[in-house]
Parts: sequence; structure tokens; C-alpha cells
Amino acid sequence: MTWNEDWGRISAIARKDLITERRSKAGFNSVAALGVTMLVLFGFAFGPDAQALRDAAAGALWLAILFAGVLAFNRSYQVELESGALDELLQYPGARWTIYAGKLISNLIFVSLMLAIVVAAGIVLFQIHIPSAWPMLLVTLLLGIVGLVTLGTFYAAMASRTRAREVLLPLLLFPMLVPVLLAAMSASKALLGGDLMHEASAWIRLLLGYDVIFLVAALFAFEHVIEV
Amino acid sequence: MVVPRPGAWRWFGVFAFAFLIFTQTLAILTSPPDRDMGDLEKILYVHVPAAWITFLSFFVVLAFSARYLWKGREKDDLLAAAAAEVGATFNGLTLLLGMIWGRPAWGVWWTWDARLTSTLVLFLIFVGYLALREFVDDAQRRAQWSAVVGALGAINVPIVYMSVRWWRTLHQIQSNPNTMDPAYVLGLRANAFAFLFIMIYFIHQRYVIASLQRATEHAAEAVALGGQQE
Repeated sequence: MTWNEDWGRISAIARKDLITERRSKAGFNSVAALGVTMLVLFGFAFGPDAQALRDAAAGALWLAILFAGVLAFNRSYQVELESGALDELLQYPGARWTIYAGKLISNLIFVSLMLAIVVAAGIVLFQIHIPSAWPMLLVTLLLGIVGLVTLGTFYAAMASRTRAREVLLPLLLFPMLVPVLLAAMSASKALLGGDLMHEASAWIRLLLGYDVIFLVAALFAFEHVIEV
Repeated sequence: MVVPRPGAWRWFGVFAFAFLIFTQTLAILTSPPDRDMGDLEKILYVHVPAAWITFLSFFVVLAFSARYLWKGREKDDLLAAAAAEVGATFNGLTLLLGMIWGRPAWGVWWTWDARLTSTLVLFLIFVGYLALREFVDDAQRRAQWSAVVGALGAINVPIVYMSVRWWRTLHQIQSNPNTMDPAYVLGLRANAFAFLFIMIYFIHQRYVIASLQRATEHAAEAVALGGQQE
């Protein structure tokens, strides 16, 4: 198998998922709306004091993204399971990991778009001052969602095919994501506060390490998960 | 599916429990009260071995999960599951005993320190593992999936620990025989072995039960298909 053939499969799957999503729109709109709703509710929990809101902003944002994102992962396999499309997908020749990589890319784009909306809402609702080190913040957001989507896409391949998918996916996923959430929240919080202790870069390195380890592990293990 | 016979294991179980009673008695009677904590120190002999056994059990889960993915034998899957259940039990016990210790020693039931928090996260990871096993009916799928989830969970343990440690730390630095008064070392070591025997016995017993369940399932399948029972 050449790299070009693999890439052809990956992009075909990603494109297919994104087209399905774009034509229905209902999925994206409701998931993004849920993310913003979550932020409003966090606002009630921590507000209305402006400083308290700013202190809680990083944590609230990441939790809103986590809760909304988890709904997207199961969806990406559920559309395959309806009318047995997954079985046919597995009939095609080629490496199995390309299916995972394709879904990973479409989920990454899906969650990034949702993140853009949730972050925009968060900046307004939580009265966030955008720091001068905003490129670092962008890197943190990106690495954070890569970690989230890597394991989310992987675990959803199992959870979406069980009896209790709604509860099982978060139950498996959330404890595994503790390092991602801690690192992403701490780095975001530090950067929003001006990174006085210079701790953000250590957290970003942890995020990067986590992403690489679990991306490689998921690519290798996916075959064992999808074939049964 | 061959169902193991009890045989010598029954005596091993009796020995393991008798040894545990002996080492506990030994440790409690021989160890002097701690300078700061007094007799509170005696919980050391259950809390610390329980924590060690927790980590050891999850290492066993990783080993059998990896071997299952490699060789695909049902036996390895059942052993990994048995070790996960025993590990989760000891994990819960570690947390509870730690709280009972923490309340008088630190004045709080819980604190968000690195080792406490990562032990709790570990517990949650393996609760997820056991829930997955519960919710998947197909035996091969259950084995394959839980092997992957078990292996990924085990990989995550050091990362979780490191991240929580950076986040906050308060737990006392790990003791080792050099920093510990010799009066406590013997009791701790003896109890670690006692807990190890109990762990082996529990994993084996849990494995026997799982094998019996699988054997009944196979038999029921054979009857349903109209074939002969083996």
C-alpha cells in the first residue's frame, strides 16, 4: 500500500462524514448550541462577579467543549451503523487505520468549528481579556482538542456499538482525558492571566506528549476494535 | 474451555488468609507507636500493601491484555478481567483506608494531592473497564475491546500521575526502607506478601468463576444448536 492510496482513503472518509454533516446541519447546530448553553449555566454557577467569572473561564470553556464534543463522537459512528454502512466500509480493501484517521480528521474539523463558536461566546460571557500571547493560547486549544478527539473517536468506535452508549462513552473517556483537561485548563488559565509563572509551556509539552502517545496507540489498536 | 479444578488452591486460600492474620498480628504487636501519629500508624500495614497490590493487579491486567491481543486466547481475557476486578477492589480499599487515615492525621477526609487524586482517577478508569465488559454481550468482542481499553488505561497511569502531580502536591514523600524506622519495615514487608497471596488467590478464584460461566454459555450454545454436549 502506498501512502497516496492510504491518504486517498482517509480523505474520502473524512469528506463523506463532513458532507453528511453539512447537509443535515442539525447535528452541528444543536451540539454547538449545547456548548453555549453549558457556558451560560457555568456563568450562573460562578458569576455574576466579573473577576470570579474570569478566574473560572478556562475551566468552564474546556468542560463545555468536553461535554458537547462527547456527543459528536458517538454520532460519527451511529450514522455508519444505521443501514449497516460500517459492514460495507469494512469490506473495502485497505488498512483499517485509515477509517480511524478519516473519522479523526472529520471529528477534528467538527469540534474545531464548535470550539470557535464556544470560545467566541466564552470571550463575551466571561469577559475574557485576550492576552498578548494569544498564539500560544491557540496552540493550547488545538493540542487540547487533538487529545480530546483522538481518544473520543477511538472509544466511540466501541461505545457506539454497545447497549449503553450514552453513559459508556463518557465513563470510559473522561477519566482517560484527565491529563488533557488538567493540562489544557492550566495552560489556558495561565495564559489568560499573563503566564507570570512561565508554566504554560510545560503544560503544552505535556499535551503534545499525550497527543503523540495516544495517537500512535489508537492507530495501532484500531484494527482490534473495529474488526469484531 | 477447560474448567480448572480446585485441588491445592483451596489450601492455598486457607494459607493466604492464615498468613494475613499472622502478619497483621505480628505487625500490630511488634511496632511501637509513631512519634507523631501514635497507634494511628498501624493502618500503615493495610493501607500501603493495598496500594501496592492495586498497582500490581493493574500491571497484571496490562500483561494479560497484551498477551490476549497477541495470541487471542480466551484464558488471557478472563485472567485480565479477574485481575481488573481484584485491582479495582483493592483500589477502592486503598482510597477508603487512606481516608480513614487522613481524617485524624491531616484533619481532612480528602485532599487534592497528587497520589490521592491519581489513585482515584485510576479507580475510575477501571470502573469504566468493568462497565464496558458488562455492556458487551458478544464474548470475542468483549475480550478484544476490554484488552485494548485495559492496555490504554495502564499506559495512562503514569501520565495521569505526572499531570496531577504538577497540578498539586501535598502527600508525604514516599517512604522507603532507608527513611523508615526498622521497627516498621518487617511488618510492612510481611504484610505486603500476605496481600500478594490474597491477590493471587482472589484472581484465581475469580478466574475459576468466569471459566465456569463461559463453560455454561458454551454448553447452552451447543444445546441450542442441537449438538452434543461435550
